[in-house]
Amino acid sequence: MIEGILTGVNTAFSGYNIIMVMLGCFAGTIIGMLPGLGPMSAIALMIPITYGFDPASAMILMAGVYYGAIFGGSTSSILINAPGVAGTVSSSFDGYPMAKNGQAGKALAIAAYASFSGGTIAALFLLVAAPQLAKVSLSFQSADYFALMCVGLLSIAAFASKGQFLKAMIMTALGLALATVGQDALSDITRFAFGNINLMDGISFVLLVMATFAMSEAFMIIFKKMDINFKASDVSKDKLGSIKLSKDEVKEMVPVVGRTSILGFAVGVLPGAGATIASFLAWGFERSIASAKEKLKFGKGSIKGLTAPETANNAACTGSFVPLLTLGIPGSGTTAVMLGALLSFGVQPGPRLYIDQPELFWAVIISMYIGNVVLLVLNLPLIPYIARILAIPKNILVPLVLFFSVTGVYLISFNAFDIYFMAIVALLSLVLRILKYPMPPLILGFILGGMLEKNLRRALLINDGSFSFMWERPISLALFIIMIVIVLLQIYQGSKKKAELN
Amino acid sequence: MKKIFIKLVSFLFMFGALSSSAIAVDKLHFVVPGGAGGGWDGCARGTGEALVKSGLLESASFENMSGGGGGKALAWMIKTQPKNTIMVQSTPIVLRSISRHSGYVSDSASSGVLSYKDVTPIAGIIGDFGAIAVAADSPYQSFADVVSAYNADPKSVKMAGGSTRGSMDHLIGALAFQSAGANPNNVVYIPYDGGGEALAGLLSGETQVLSTGFSEALGAGDQLRILGITANDRSADAPSVPTLKEQGYDAYFVNWRGFFGPPNMNASDRYDIAKMLGDMQSTPEWEVVRKRNAYVNIYNPGFDFMGFLEKQTVEMTALMKKLGVI
Repeated sequence: MIEGILTGVNTAFSGYNIIMVMLGCFAGTIIGMLPGLGPMSAIALMIPITYGFDPASAMILMAGVYYGAIFGGSTSSILINAPGVAGTVSSSFDGYPMAKNGQAGKALAIAAYASFSGGTIAALFLLVAAPQLAKVSLSFQSADYFALMCVGLLSIAAFASKGQFLKAMIMTALGLALATVGQDALSDITRFAFGNINLMDGISFVLLVMATFAMSEAFMIIFKKMDINFKASDVSKDKLGSIKLSKDEVKEMVPVVGRTSILGFAVGVLPGAGATIASFLAWGFERSIASAKEKLKFGKGSIKGLTAPETANNAACTGSFVPLLTLGIPGSGTTAVMLGALLSFGVQPGPRLYIDQPELFWAVIISMYIGNVVLLVLNLPLIPYIARILAIPKNILVPLVLFFSVTGVYLISFNAFDIYFMAIVALLSLVLRILKYPMPPLILGFILGGMLEKNLRRALLINDGSFSFMWERPISLALFIIMIVIVLLQIYQGSKKKAELN
Repeated sequence: MKKIFIKLVSFLFMFGALSSSAIAVDKLHFVVPGGAGGGWDGCARGTGEALVKSGLLESASFENMSGGGGGKALAWMIKTQPKNTIMVQSTPIVLRSISRHSGYVSDSASSGVLSYKDVTPIAGIIGDFGAIAVAADSPYQSFADVVSAYNADPKSVKMAGGSTRGSMDHLIGALAFQSAGANPNNVVYIPYDGGGEALAGLLSGETQVLSTGFSEALGAGDQLRILGITANDRSADAPSVPTLKEQGYDAYFVNWRGFFGPPNMNASDRYDIAKMLGDMQSTPEWEVVRKRNAYVNIYNPGFDFMGFLEKQTVEMTALMKKLGVI
């Protein structure tokens, strides 16, 4: 194995491959920053370019594009509340409030440091134990995924504070309901499409998140401030772009990075979970272990709340290379595209890959270290300039946000129906927001809903209709116990606070 | 002299123009019923690339029209009857018209369910057989082992597939069990979201058998043991993999991909495009595309294609009725 790693180091550090890493990271960051375009479209764009490359170089390039896009993806969530990738939705929970408070540069810097640490630590795990981790990838069955999604849903609690409980629950239920629109993934029955052919494939995630987050936010700005000369924040440009972190802030980040990079990596290794679930779990996990005082900050610009999902999504993205390379199992649409590319190069991912083609296997992993450094070096100097996007007067920024949201959605489906539908959803969510209904539970319910339903139904089919898997499978049982503990902890903390007030 | 030269040149140009108009089809617009990067997309773009690079076609353009699992593009072809336009399709067009899928019901209510019969079949060009596989460490060494385990306890054999009930993956497995004398409706089918998840489900031990496409099963390498494929003969690419037929199970299924023109297509255009697609398959440019995607050539033009589709419809209707999905 050491020999293999050394060959990998050699391959990864060849001048040509270093250029590939840099190119991939750069292209990935840029594409990831555009709302609506995620790592999947970025990698699909790269495939024709890589024909004729040596497989290792092609994989290094594509891996760079992948984590580059996740890295850059947080930018639009933080700055304009437009998470174009599901994995960065939870980065907007705390990142966008920070940017609104005039700390855009700081928020972006935290995201960059967190992504870097998450990616690097996860690459270390990959280097030490990738072949052995293949077994872990296969340890989760449908029943366990169902339990995991249930734990993920718990983070909704964050939006249910202060008399908002019912509203948060209504929005979650709405999200779960929206996830059922379209052709049922298990039985080929079309649900809630009302005979409309455009709804048969379901509602696209990007459409929903752009309409409920970015567009409705833009509408809110129009409603709130009619003064067209009003700027995003009244702070100076220098402060907006400042990326300085205080010692205390760094101290706050370090333990979060440590915990959530392990969590993120572990979730990423599971082919049925991935970066999105990892980031939700990390955010919810950090919130539930935070002190009662810190807990209140979550969702309003907490440093921990931004660090957690940003670390976890990059760690998970690195972790997803375990099932991809050692089993040939893609855990997401993005890795599926990469698997297709690998097969077309005649590379057979699987348990024998690191023995048969060590130079490819290890070079990809080693290149991730280079890639993460490249991303940090590339992004940090740019942050002050990117952050100043928020200094653009609103009468220019708002139309720009609307433009990018609409094109982002259209470019995926090339279907004009999606634009009309998006406008309707955006207007409805504007009404809901004015009535103070929180949007994140809707998106959480929508993303988790599909997987929740599919895994539950599959588990029931496999168990011949019995719910016994909930206590018979040790992993499921453990996850449900964790869930109950978290809920009890919340209730206990709540009642303690009440007692203090009395 | 100069005049003669000019005349000569203009004559040459005219001749050039005439001769190129003699080839009826020099430009083709490919309609892809799904999004960029999918199976249909790869087939259409690969075909276009090979046709243009080999000089059989002057230019190719592509359009992705996703919606309704392919139904939207089909309805569009019928409604607009575009010129020089062909649509890529595959086995689901047959399955979905059988299941009277609502996506295949046109908005003009009167015409009812749309199917391949409403457009012009040009040619099937590539195919993939079905495969029944188990995990490498499975106790089942042959399909007969699976069948005897099933006969002992039908619930002990759970079959994973990468798509919904009534989809191709389900039908491949059902066909195999039916050929062994079992009631396909009693086989527990566990649908997953894509082949990758189905493979993970099999390897995690929650299912015992995987029903999938042959090329996808080969893609999983030695983690799988392929017990049989739904072809008549063994494949040249993987000669060690047995067919179901040679083990005494008469199950044949091929997932084809091919092209369709608008309804009432001009017969000579139809012939020209079919011939062009046939000629393409012997070019080195197509060989590059074919190898890159691990396609299997099955050239099946015109009326043969039509007959094949009708036969597939009859067989699949019977099977789907048994499965209770229609």
